[in-house]
Amino acid sequence: MGLDRRNFMKALGLTGVTLAAGNSLKAAPVKGEEVEFFGVLYDSTRCVGCQTCEITCAETHGFPAPTDAPTAGVIRKTSENCRTVVNLFNTSKGEVYTKNQCMHCNEPACVAACLTQAMYKTKEGPVIWRGNKCMGCRYCMVSCPFDVPKFEYFSSNPRIIKCDMCYDRIKEGKIPACAENCPAEAITFGTRRDLIREARKRIHDQPDVYADFIYGEDEVGGTGELYVSPVPPIESGFKTTLLNESYPSLSKGFLYTVPSVFVLVPVFLLGIHEATKNNHHNEGDDNE
Amino acid sequence: MKETTMSNHAIPVAKDNDGKNIWKFLVSEFKPKGKIFTPFNIISAPIILLGIVLIVIRFWKGIGSVTNLTQEVPWGLWIGFDVVTGVAFAGGAYVITFMVYILNNRKYHSIVRVTVLNGFLAYVFYAGALLLDLGRPWNVVNPIIGNSFGTNSVLFLVAWHFLLYMLAELIEFSPAIAEWLGAKRARKILSGMTIAAVIFGITLSTLHQSGLGALFLMARDKIHPLWYSEFIPVMFLVSSIFAGLSMVIFEGSISSRVFSSQISEKHHGEHNNIVISLSRICAGAMLAYFFLNVLVFIHDRHWDLLNTPMGYWYLLEMIGFVLVPMMLFFYSYRRKSLNLIKVAAIITMLGVILNRLNVTVIGFKWEEAVRYVPSWMELVITLTVIFTEIWIFRWVVRRMPVLRDSPLWAKDEK
Repeated sequence: MGLDRRNFMKALGLTGVTLAAGNSLKAAPVKGEEVEFFGVLYDSTRCVGCQTCEITCAETHGFPAPTDAPTAGVIRKTSENCRTVVNLFNTSKGEVYTKNQCMHCNEPACVAACLTQAMYKTKEGPVIWRGNKCMGCRYCMVSCPFDVPKFEYFSSNPRIIKCDMCYDRIKEGKIPACAENCPAEAITFGTRRDLIREARKRIHDQPDVYADFIYGEDEVGGTGELYVSPVPPIESGFKTTLLNESYPSLSKGFLYTVPSVFVLVPVFLLGIHEATKNNHHNEGDDNE
Repeated sequence: MKETTMSNHAIPVAKDNDGKNIWKFLVSEFKPKGKIFTPFNIISAPIILLGIVLIVIRFWKGIGSVTNLTQEVPWGLWIGFDVVTGVAFAGGAYVITFMVYILNNRKYHSIVRVTVLNGFLAYVFYAGALLLDLGRPWNVVNPIIGNSFGTNSVLFLVAWHFLLYMLAELIEFSPAIAEWLGAKRARKILSGMTIAAVIFGITLSTLHQSGLGALFLMARDKIHPLWYSEFIPVMFLVSSIFAGLSMVIFEGSISSRVFSSQISEKHHGEHNNIVISLSRICAGAMLAYFFLNVLVFIHDRHWDLLNTPMGYWYLLEMIGFVLVPMMLFFYSYRRKSLNLIKVAAIITMLGVILNRLNVTVIGFKWEEAVRYVPSWMELVITLTVIFTEIWIFRWVVRRMPVLRDSPLWAKDEK
């Protein structure tokens, strides 16, 4: 359903500029074909804040190793040199860690924002950035509700930096570096459907350990990154004011009006022009 | 109307090519006309030179070397002012062409060319300023040609519309170029395309003026709730009407002084009437805009936010820069006071700048501990863009029949 809507909007946008479709529609999944997104489940009750995920991520993607450690009261952020961070929060149930990286939304705002398809939701689920298409407008950064994409401001050939769920490794049949190396097994890789089932099972089996929510199940229309935690989301650094519908749907209304405007306004204008033509003949004007 | 002869002026009235030797004519036209050491030149030339140096640094060392943009605030002055505000001010072209060619209201005919020229240059320079802000400008053709169409993006729509609208405005303006070059056949063909270009241009304008607002719809959680609503596109469209017309009034009051030798007596007289009529349209559009804002405010029920610093800022914008100039427009229209109209136009323009910056920069991530404030280098580059545009505008007005009358042959042609 979600995908259908996206493609419908694509088609709408095309109508809007009255252009031939090109290759963009070829990527649309065949109707009825099941799309199973991969995702990652992060379990705060298991995470010990060892930063192994940060270190292996930096090694895998060629970034400097982290120099600071998670500290309560300090929000560490991802940056153009770092795709993931773990933060520590003092909560009603003691210290709780939360990992931060791209959420790999089901219907990503960054992908809807991108006018060159550089930000791309792969059929496997990861949202990736493709440098050969990107023109560096940073509209993805403006649109992302999680402020995930980062930009290399001090480069003459800048890139957008964000977690890509180790898409290259997934294509080789491997799993993301952070999930593979987490010594506490706090990071689980799998299909989103299985991960939600697993998260429900954990919450059901140990109701004293887990708070009753899966962050990412409904937020912004569902994300590939899912979280379970001992405390409610507001205590461990999650954004709790986000919509439960997809962010591209916010500009849907506007895009829906485009084809009607393109058809109706010229007709309307031509009509007025014809209707008022006589005014112009009556005046003996000396202009062109 | 004969060619006005005002030989006592410092700047000679331009002559169009008589159609004989086009190369000789062009060479003579490319020589500077008018005084070189005017106050405007003395101020703008060094700023443009400095701006060019800074632009080189920007492409060499990266955007961060000249701007204060951050990972949280990726769009700053260049988008918020140059592009979003600049395009709103260029809205006069679609409003005036609507009145002249669609409503067939000949009253505004004498300002069509200068308004379209202004609009065209505004798009070329302010939308062109987008190139400075692109991190990877060598990929700028991707949304236009190739197989990388992000067709579900509002920015894709806006990019295409900028391009097509520039083309439409160029066609609308092209008869002036043909008259200047003495190209009679070309003028005939190009004039015949005017109505089509106008209809196409107005349609494009309604969509991309609102589209600039729609760009920010997905930034729902980042823009202050007093400025964010699902009606941003409508607000941007309605405000582009009075933003554009205020710019027409403002530009007209300057042009009529600077280029007075170009303007015939008849048009001088007409211009006052035009300005007075425009002030009424401005007031009407602002009334609609104000009413829309009140409706949206009541719907969103942000009463509690009014008694905060951002709330006072919002009230200042709505009352001081919408309601007050609106009433001033009404009042000066009834009193037929040109000076008050100019004051109202300037306040309105400041209000539009304020509004666009509030949505794009000031209200964006307003809770962030470290706020984005543009660097002096961003300001210099913005001024460079504006001054260069004015230089080109002046170059064209001094040569082509923009403010002055068309050559006789063009009028006879009909």
